[in-house]
Amino acid sequence: MERSAKTVFWNGFRDAIPFILVIVPFGTLFGVVGTEAGWNVAQVMAATFLVIAGASQFTAVALWADNTPLFFILLTSLAVNLRMAMYSAALVPHFGKAPLGLRALLAYAIVDQNFAMGTKKYEEEPDLTWQEKVAYFIGMFVFIAPFWYTCTYLGAVFGAAIPESFALDFATPILFIALIAPLLRTLPNLVAALCSIVFALALNEVPYSLGLIIAAVIAMVAGAQTELWLDRRSMASNG
Amino acid sequence: MDDIWIIILVLAIGTYLIRFSFLGIIGDRPLPGWLTLHLRYVAVAVLPGLVAPLVLWPAANNGEPEPARLLAAGAAFAVGMAFKSVLGSVIAGLVTLFVALALLY
Repeated sequence: MERSAKTVFWNGFRDAIPFILVIVPFGTLFGVVGTEAGWNVAQVMAATFLVIAGASQFTAVALWADNTPLFFILLTSLAVNLRMAMYSAALVPHFGKAPLGLRALLAYAIVDQNFAMGTKKYEEEPDLTWQEKVAYFIGMFVFIAPFWYTCTYLGAVFGAAIPESFALDFATPILFIALIAPLLRTLPNLVAALCSIVFALALNEVPYSLGLIIAAVIAMVAGAQTELWLDRRSMASNG
Repeated sequence: MDDIWIIILVLAIGTYLIRFSFLGIIGDRPLPGWLTLHLRYVAVAVLPGLVAPLVLWPAANNGEPEPARLLAAGAAFAVGMAFKSVLGSVIAGLVTLFVALALLY
């Protein structure tokens, strides 16, 4: 068991390597954007260590620079992170047996990348114990986090020199597409993804990122219903 | 205390509580079947919707569609779907992006 968890930890560490391609530009970019907006290096680094949720950090800096009232800065930035409540719930079946202290620690380590990669792994290998699942998840985080912290720092200190032509903004969409595309070979996942795209685009003008939350809920129901429909159909043809 | 520090601290605590919510409160109790059925689709329900506006209306191009980014997104999607490879998909997307940016501008 102990040995197996160790192996899975290093699997996670290794599987997180492709994330460098997004963490490095994203972290650097936050450092650049934060300091250029007028936050000092200590503030940029505090956000990166304590919040550790890039999209909401960018949102907060942009709204602050735009002189938005404090309450709406906080509301909108937190709304961007609401998706993580769904991640938290989705991880309960995998981490629920871990002791409370460990779950409290794991909560800090939930980010888009290890959530997407982790749930993909747990779906492909349902025999993993909870200890192995935790080890895999932490393995990814331990690899990712130092790059995130370091690159933000470098961006904050040296950022002004990076040319805009590097299109650093587009690293995140590419990474998310890379994570999702391999999953779209099953019908329920495909239906969920299409609903998510269509409704997110249609509801793009809804304030506080609520359009995305609504689209996600619709897509989740659509995926689940498609799965149930496929189950009923295969049962009907077998029976 | 100035506004920036208030933003950082409230955002940090709030985000942590969001992450901790279900994991901390529910713990080891089994979740009902209808809930686990839906939770299987969280990632595939959130991430495409997060990405779609960034692909079609990138802020770096003032919210207007931009050919290099569209091509890069298409390449990442095609390679990821065809080969089931995350790294292959990222590389295809970034190479397409840089080549297209270099050729177009």
